[in-house]
Amino acid sequence: MDVATEVLDLTVNGEQRRFAAPLTVAGLVSALALDLRKVAVELNREIVPRSTYGQVWLARGDSLEIVHFIGGG
Amino acid sequence: MDSLPLQDDAWRVAGRSFASRLVVGTGKYKDLATTAAAIEASGAEMVTVAVRRVNLSDPKAPMLQDYVSPSRYTYLPNTAGCFTAEDAVRTLRLAREAGGWNLVKLEVLGPAPTLYPDMPATFEAAAALIKDGFEVMVYCSDDPIAAKRLEEMGCVAIMPLGAPIGSGLGVQNPLMIQMIVEQASVPVLVDAGVGTATDAAFAMELGCDAVLVNSAIAHADDPVLMARAMKAGVEAGRLAFRAGRMPRRAAANPSSPTNGLIR
Repeated sequence: MDVATEVLDLTVNGEQRRFAAPLTVAGLVSALALDLRKVAVELNREIVPRSTYGQVWLARGDSLEIVHFIGGG
Repeated sequence: MDSLPLQDDAWRVAGRSFASRLVVGTGKYKDLATTAAAIEASGAEMVTVAVRRVNLSDPKAPMLQDYVSPSRYTYLPNTAGCFTAEDAVRTLRLAREAGGWNLVKLEVLGPAPTLYPDMPATFEAAAALIKDGFEVMVYCSDDPIAAKRLEEMGCVAIMPLGAPIGSGLGVQNPLMIQMIVEQASVPVLVDAGVGTATDAAFAMELGCDAVLVNSAIAHADDPVLMARAMKAGVEAGRLAFRAGRMPRRAAANPSSPTNGLIR
């Protein structure tokens, strides 16, 4: 099987999304066009430290939450 | 005003010093430009923010940080929308990673229509957050026993409600707020219930260290003007508290001398 055609099915913020494997958290944030300085990421309910985004590889079925700050009281 | 020691009247929480005793929320504004203008007018140095999922379908939508800079204002991430201790802890762990700091506002609410603080869940979440290294400013009921217990657990500020969230009814139980203030050795802020500038002034006259306002500014007809009014109200209330009010009397007492009257 050609590595380049492998797909990665993830749940991101509750949505089913398909990406090309292999993919790190940094790659995912970039693929989603998000500014990685302004978000926080939880992978399977564990916080992913920003300093490790480039080293954390995602696997099929992973569930992620990507959050940011919004207005609130 | 130069003769008044206003500049020396900072309050401190968790090792940080703030000249402004008005903390403002960033929610409920019609747009981010109005949010920024109102916060500027309020003179606040600390602002509360919420943590939510990014909008994957519109990743380039304007973000709060682009209008209200975290380098200028101390962001105080909250747990709004959390109804369990577990949700609150999970949310603030994400906030800490997004913002990189430990100072947070804990609020665990009960169901509508009261949205009253769920104190058992608040205690549980406060314990977990403190254990995890957070510095917790805690929204709570106007209950002096609960407030003291939160302080003893290690919360860095106690924030009793003045009235239900978003009600704008002002401080409904001044006696209990005053008791909480008098017994506390950490800052006390009235959080929730302020409706207009007199409410903020009144909370400060009770001896609160600061006041937290969101809806009263955001839902005013002119939020920027109301933000400025709240700034003035908080300053007036603080000065009045420091000045020490005259005793209340049950009878009139003339303001002008009663001797030397012409005959």
